Amino acid sequence: MAKNSQDNKKLSFRAAQGSYKAQAARSRGDKVESTAPAPATAKQHTRMVPLPSDGIVPERDVFSTPVLECRHLGIDFGGLHAVEDFNLIVGKTEIAGLIGPNGAGKTTVFNLLTKVYQPTRGTILLDGQDTAGMGVAKVNQMGIARTFQNIRLFSSLTVEENVTIGLHNSVKCGMWSGIFRLPRYWLSEKEFHDRSLELLDVFGMADLAHVQAGNLPYGAQRRLEIVRALATGPKLLLLDEPAAGMNPSETAELMENIRKIRDEFKIAVLLIEHDMNLVMGICEGIAVLNFGRIIAKGTPQEIQGNPQVIEAYLGTSAKEA
Amino acid sequence: MQATTATKSAPSFKDRLLEALKGTFGTYFLVVVAFLIVQGFIATGSMSSALQGQLVPICVYVCAAVSLNLVVGISGELSLGHAGFMSVGAFTGCIMASMLAPIIPNDFLRLLISILTGGCFGAVAGFVVGVPVMRLSGDYLAIVTLAFGEIIKNILNNLYVGSDASGLHVSMSSVQDLGMTNGTVIINGPQGAVGISKLSTFVMGFLLIMFTLFVVSNLVRSRSGRAIMAVRDNRIAAESVGINVTKYRLMAFVVSAALAGMAGTLYAMNFSSVVASRFDYNTSILILVYVVLGGIGNIRGSIISATILTILPEFLRFMADYRMLIYAVVLICVMVLPNVPVVQRFMEAFKAKVPWLIDKDALEEPDLAEEGGNRG
Amino acid sequence: MEFLTNLINGISLGSVYAIIALGYTMVYGIAKMLNFAHGDVIMVGGYIAFMTLFYLGMNPLICVLIAICGCTLLGIVIERVAYKPLRQSPSLTVLITAIGVSYLLQNLALLIWGSNPKVFPSIAAGLPSLQLFDGQLNISAETLITIGASVIIMVVLGLFTTKTKMGKAMRACSEDPGAARLMGINVDTTISTTFAIGSGLAAVAGVLLCSSYPTLMPTTGAMPGIKAFTAAVFGGIGSIPGAVLGGVLLGIIEIFAKAYIGTQLADAVVFAVLIIVLLIKPSGLLGKYVPEKV
Repeated sequence: MAKNSQDNKKLSFRAAQGSYKAQAARSRGDKVESTAPAPATAKQHTRMVPLPSDGIVPERDVFSTPVLECRHLGIDFGGLHAVEDFNLIVGKTEIAGLIGPNGAGKTTVFNLLTKVYQPTRGTILLDGQDTAGMGVAKVNQMGIARTFQNIRLFSSLTVEENVTIGLHNSVKCGMWSGIFRLPRYWLSEKEFHDRSLELLDVFGMADLAHVQAGNLPYGAQRRLEIVRALATGPKLLLLDEPAAGMNPSETAELMENIRKIRDEFKIAVLLIEHDMNLVMGICEGIAVLNFGRIIAKGTPQEIQGNPQVIEAYLGTSAKEA
Repeated sequence: MQATTATKSAPSFKDRLLEALKGTFGTYFLVVVAFLIVQGFIATGSMSSALQGQLVPICVYVCAAVSLNLVVGISGELSLGHAGFMSVGAFTGCIMASMLAPIIPNDFLRLLISILTGGCFGAVAGFVVGVPVMRLSGDYLAIVTLAFGEIIKNILNNLYVGSDASGLHVSMSSVQDLGMTNGTVIINGPQGAVGISKLSTFVMGFLLIMFTLFVVSNLVRSRSGRAIMAVRDNRIAAESVGINVTKYRLMAFVVSAALAGMAGTLYAMNFSSVVASRFDYNTSILILVYVVLGGIGNIRGSIISATILTILPEFLRFMADYRMLIYAVVLICVMVLPNVPVVQRFMEAFKAKVPWLIDKDALEEPDLAEEGGNRG
Repeated sequence: MEFLTNLINGISLGSVYAIIALGYTMVYGIAKMLNFAHGDVIMVGGYIAFMTLFYLGMNPLICVLIAICGCTLLGIVIERVAYKPLRQSPSLTVLITAIGVSYLLQNLALLIWGSNPKVFPSIAAGLPSLQLFDGQLNISAETLITIGASVIIMVVLGLFTTKTKMGKAMRACSEDPGAARLMGINVDTTISTTFAIGSGLAAVAGVLLCSSYPTLMPTTGAMPGIKAFTAAVFGGIGSIPGAVLGGVLLGIIEIFAKAYIGTQLADAVVFAVLIIVLLIKPSGLLGKYVPEKV
């Protein structure tokens, strides 16, 4: 019995590998036999077929629950299918990339994941738990944190306060303790202070703690957004164009930092980015979105050679002619 | 003597003192000093009785302005129904005071309990109004708070409350409907609360200001206050870091309403009768004027502007007809002038010439009018 | 019969609200601001008409025209002086400024005309009222003029916004001022024109309101202004048919509340309607919901 189940596991793993190969092959443009071989069981009437999964995760994450699993996710704006049949699996410690031409629906996907928009169809599993019906704040408490394409800091507050607000749900202190300065208040304030400085140190921003966030230079504002998101203790960090407006040396530093975040905090990162140096440099798995649909998934090498991706970005010669 | 030794041992003592005076401590200090000076004037008999009559209203308006600043400045929502919460506090406080009259002979204690009652009912009203209102924001929120203020006024105008041996009687139609044999009418419909025992004192006003200041400034500098300001600065970002936006907006609104209710009780107990129309839309606007002129989000500014704008008419009696007109013009100028290019250039030039003057007067609180650009 | 009388009174009052609400809705649609002073422009219109009618004894029609010109001018001045510098400012700043303008107008009126209520002479003096059902139902000439005027205004305004060049420019500006500017539309002029039209309508509303409810005070415009805003929100702010529908419905609700619930609580009922609408369908009866872009 035990052996049987072990076999099953192996089998499903192999099946997953198989479909992964099929996917990879498909993305190379090869023709693949789509019907997978079913186990030959003469006694049963129902013919069981393995559900093809096109999910890919880094090898090290294969045996842990994926941090994010989207199934047939979709949203309509009026009659427009802004995102359609979006399937994505992000491994526990993966750095994943979501790329695509302008208007492909990348930020919309982020808004769906964080429940800024409620999906019309499909499910989102965060670390195995369904997030259906939750609001933005609840999903964050569950473990998704994000940054924004157009920076959204609490600009009249200091850098430290911004991070402190990120720590809001991990350090508690009620309204009454706050107003009447009960012991709880002093304890929590100390914890807030220490932990926010610790987090700021990750990006070397501790000396900016008392600067008003709105007065920071652009690159520092982007870094602060990441620190604030990290402060919420996420399992998955969504970065929306983290390198926008950065020069090459700043981008290189950012890449280093993203890797550092993943290694230190043991979390997954999903990022949207147009800077291909960054995407190809740090992302392990990449999904390409066009017109609200995923058109390709794979490693950076696979994506770079994928004709569909090239077509989406550059258009085909046939169309141009 | 002590000061000199301290200066010698720690050279930065003066700087540290100045630094502390800029913050919340300085605001407490300001209020205490003002209180002591006024007490001195009263003791030496060098204060006109007209001005003495203004002391409690000044305290009331200061409390109302500081509490409104919690909503307008800290939470970033425009509430136009603040006077409504004051009236709720005023009326419930009066009822409580008249019920306690036979039980508690001590005036101060009776006033204190009445004020606390007014605060509680203010908070309840704030919660009842706030729950639906917090689903809105911006202009809609402003107009709905205005509407609620008017509704509260309308209801209180139709409220009859009396008490006799068997307890409290409430009616919405007439005094006769109360069905009392020989009780006293406490609230008499459009005539408002009648037969109030004048319990309010300047000392209580001072204490209430200190309490309001304590609550608001401590709340602002706590986890909850930061969450409130985060929602003000960027609502979507606040939600995305897991802050329950409605909870914290509602918290600011309810705390503000409770403090307004307390101020309302203090106000009512300063007169022998008070009508609901006394707390109408115009009163709400008046308090808003104090907040705006003192600097939105600037607690100390609210205190100073509420005080000056309440005393000033006493000295400018010859201009009494123009008072509200001047308020209106000043209100518009404060809002519009910083956005006029000519004035902006002038201010730049001015800052360049006398930087020390600007630096000294720098506000401790963020100026919302400038910071709001990134909102929404 | 009492029901019918109330209904017609309600429609008449609602027509006035509708005209005021049109001003609100157009300004809100294009400048995205709540012009708090709109109600007080009504009052100014009322006073101008009163002056020309009472002291100069002019023809009522000419009086209305003078009031329209005066208010149009006032609207443009207010927009240029107070609101134009605040185009890029947060809504809190604009709203407080608008409240300031409202206060300014009220207090100016107080200084000029005093606080004593003026009895507004009827603009329909001498015109016969309509008798129906053997005189059981009496519809006054003022009521008929009010309803007629609002129908005409709505039709003309509807044609103006859909058919004329300026109307199209207005709709373009309300959709996307930036893009409209790139298409060569002068956004400032368009916004000024909108204020001018809104204020002109306010003058008409002022005259009609005062001839139905003939007491004129500096605060006359405040309440109808707020109620008309309620009407605009009720119908869906930014929508012209919505403003008319909301206005008429609100007028009917108010008159019926007065008749069956009590005069004292009628205002509370009207505001309760506003609150309920905003909570259930914030976009109003005929409005569109526009989500915030993230």
